[in-house]
Amino acid sequence: MDNDYIISLVEQGKRIDGRKFDEIREIVLEPNISKNAEGSARCKIGDTEVLVGVKMDIGEPYPDSPDEGSIVVTTELSPIASPEFELGPPGVQAIEIARIVDRGIRESKAIDFKKLVITSGEKCWILFIDIYPINDSGNLIDASALGTLVALKNTRYVKEENNKAVFGEFTNKKLELEKTPITITFVKIGNNILLDPNSKEEEVAEARLSAAVYNGRIYALQKVVKMGKEDFERLRYNPIEIAKLEYDEGVLPITIKRPLPSKK
Amino acid sequence: MSYTKRDDGRKFDELRKIKAKVGVVKRADGSAMFQMGDTIAIASVYGPRELHPRFLQNPERGVLRCNYDMASFSVTERKKPGPSRRSTEISLVTEKALASVIDLDLFPNTVIDVFIEIIQANAGTRCAGISAAAMALAHAGIPMRDMVAAVSVGKVGDKIVLDLDKEEEDFEEGATDIPVAMTARKREITLLQLDGEVTKDELMEAIKMARKGCEEIYKIQVKTLKEIYKNG
Amino acid sequence: MTGLIMNERDIVVPGEKIASGMDYLPGNGTFREGEDIYSSQLGLVGVNGRFVKVIPLTGKYTPREGDIVVGKVVDVGFGMWNVDIGSAYSAILNMRETSEFIDRGADLSHYYDFNDVVIAQVTKVVRYKDVNLTMKGQGLRKVKGGKIIDVTPSKVPRIIGKQGSMIKMIKEGTGCNIVVGQNGKVWIKGERIEDEVKATEVILKIEQESHTQGLTDTIKNILEGKGK
Repeated sequence: MDNDYIISLVEQGKRIDGRKFDEIREIVLEPNISKNAEGSARCKIGDTEVLVGVKMDIGEPYPDSPDEGSIVVTTELSPIASPEFELGPPGVQAIEIARIVDRGIRESKAIDFKKLVITSGEKCWILFIDIYPINDSGNLIDASALGTLVALKNTRYVKEENNKAVFGEFTNKKLELEKTPITITFVKIGNNILLDPNSKEEEVAEARLSAAVYNGRIYALQKVVKMGKEDFERLRYNPIEIAKLEYDEGVLPITIKRPLPSKK
Repeated sequence: MSYTKRDDGRKFDELRKIKAKVGVVKRADGSAMFQMGDTIAIASVYGPRELHPRFLQNPERGVLRCNYDMASFSVTERKKPGPSRRSTEISLVTEKALASVIDLDLFPNTVIDVFIEIIQANAGTRCAGISAAAMALAHAGIPMRDMVAAVSVGKVGDKIVLDLDKEEEDFEEGATDIPVAMTARKREITLLQLDGEVTKDELMEAIKMARKGCEEIYKIQVKTLKEIYKNG
Repeated sequence: MTGLIMNERDIVVPGEKIASGMDYLPGNGTFREGEDIYSSQLGLVGVNGRFVKVIPLTGKYTPREGDIVVGKVVDVGFGMWNVDIGSAYSAILNMRETSEFIDRGADLSHYYDFNDVVIAQVTKVVRYKDVNLTMKGQGLRKVKGGKIIDVTPSKVPRIIGKQGSMIKMIKEGTGCNIVVGQNGKVWIKGERIEDEVKATEVILKIEQESHTQGLTDTIKNILEGKGK
């Protein structure tokens, strides 16, 4: 009954919480919520709340990229945040969120991994980005991505001594962010596209699309369930038009590795 | 050997600054945040709800399940996400510290789930977790015979002190940490652990101090719980 | 000292002493220990003659005999249905408690099926756990269409208002058919979706601002379209 209700409401151009289709809930960002973290933030989108912490450590660069540091994104969907979550190792949903956040940062080159190198091929900084949803009222993806961005923005390096990190001792050196990609998530309900779904809408959605965008360019896409060509048209969001082109060519992949040209 | 003055200027029997808030997790049946100095715990309660799988159900009484977890970034050196031997033990002692005050026999075959997340750690995390959880349980409307408050006491150098912070726990000349949880009305001890070395007399003195600390914490719990309805 | 220690409508937390001595008897949300009566729940003290009780302010719905509730059928069993009424346990609706005669062995889902929404009355509660419902009574029925919203059960009286004044105003102002269950589940059905949205908005506003002064006027203004 509830599900049908949401669907019939959407058909009439309305949402259960009274928002317009392209209206996002109120966003509240709070940096530095945890003192021992190198960087941290709280991101609220409506009632959805996510905590993100960044920790740094020194490790070895990957052999194929000796001049680059790296990031490791993890999401813990603790049952603290929703009656639907269960204890145990990260499940599909948690891994997907972490992967989307990871890709948004990586593909947009929000962080210049080269700047994380200490000694080429030997030592580099690794950023551990850990995401903890505290309340899931829908759209954890965007809250996680945005929280991550804010946490990274106030990340300071820990002290380094003889190629080892000295935990708990912070330096004045801040992590440099080259870009600030925002992730936006849409869902498709019936023939309509809705921005920033709440948990009820997520439940009834037939399809979901998340895009990391910066300055009119798309850097990463995550598409779940097949979307038709017309769905993308309805997205109206400029960069999505480009994704449509990709789709027309039948190559819309889960990840778009290169930045796409922006079409005005 | 002498510990004459606390780093943060507190008296030896003084708690760190406490902040508490109820209703911090919207989707939960009850929730609370409890902060002692730089230690912050969030607790949420779900239930009573049907326990699955069924073979775990107890037809005589409800089951209390607690899960304590530290966010990876809550400590100076990143803690790997997921359970550890330490968190498993703390989950268990938290359960024991709270179970005795809950009217579990009213809810056979069900489970009451308590989830605790430490988002910033500076000693006394299990105690902050228990204090938060007790508030979250009350907030969830769970029938209880009493409230529970918890605080760590211990010996730093040669002094018995209340509510140790991280620096005191790591005191180079040795520190003994004694987490204590107590019921408010009956003043029964529901958690007592000890890491270190104290004499019997010192232990008694420490427990006395913990009692005083728990009473103060209880007052804050009550005030916070009542405040949300002041206008109701 | 004997007698009441707390006053009517005082807020108490679990374990707080409400009354002392044998002059008073422990009701819902309280327990006796020795000579004293204590609260077992976070809530408001209520005194009814010699009985003291605590009316919970939060948490799951605690069923009471006589309550009219809105529930959802979650299971069709042998000779009965299980109905989710938002409490810790689902309630039981026996086939003999329906308004029409049902033959033994009949397909019960023909009458009430999985996910059907019913307005029912609580007839019997045994220790929180065994809750029995009936469909025999005025206004008790299965409802079709519309939507259900959840509010905190303790806010239900405010939504209904004095002698039903508030809910009457909302019904008239929105043209919706509304049933407020004591269990905090509210069924709303209107001619148009807009009407249902309006009714929802107003009810959630009452829930949120139940303590504020002049709430009736605020709601009246919203219903008449005069600002928020």
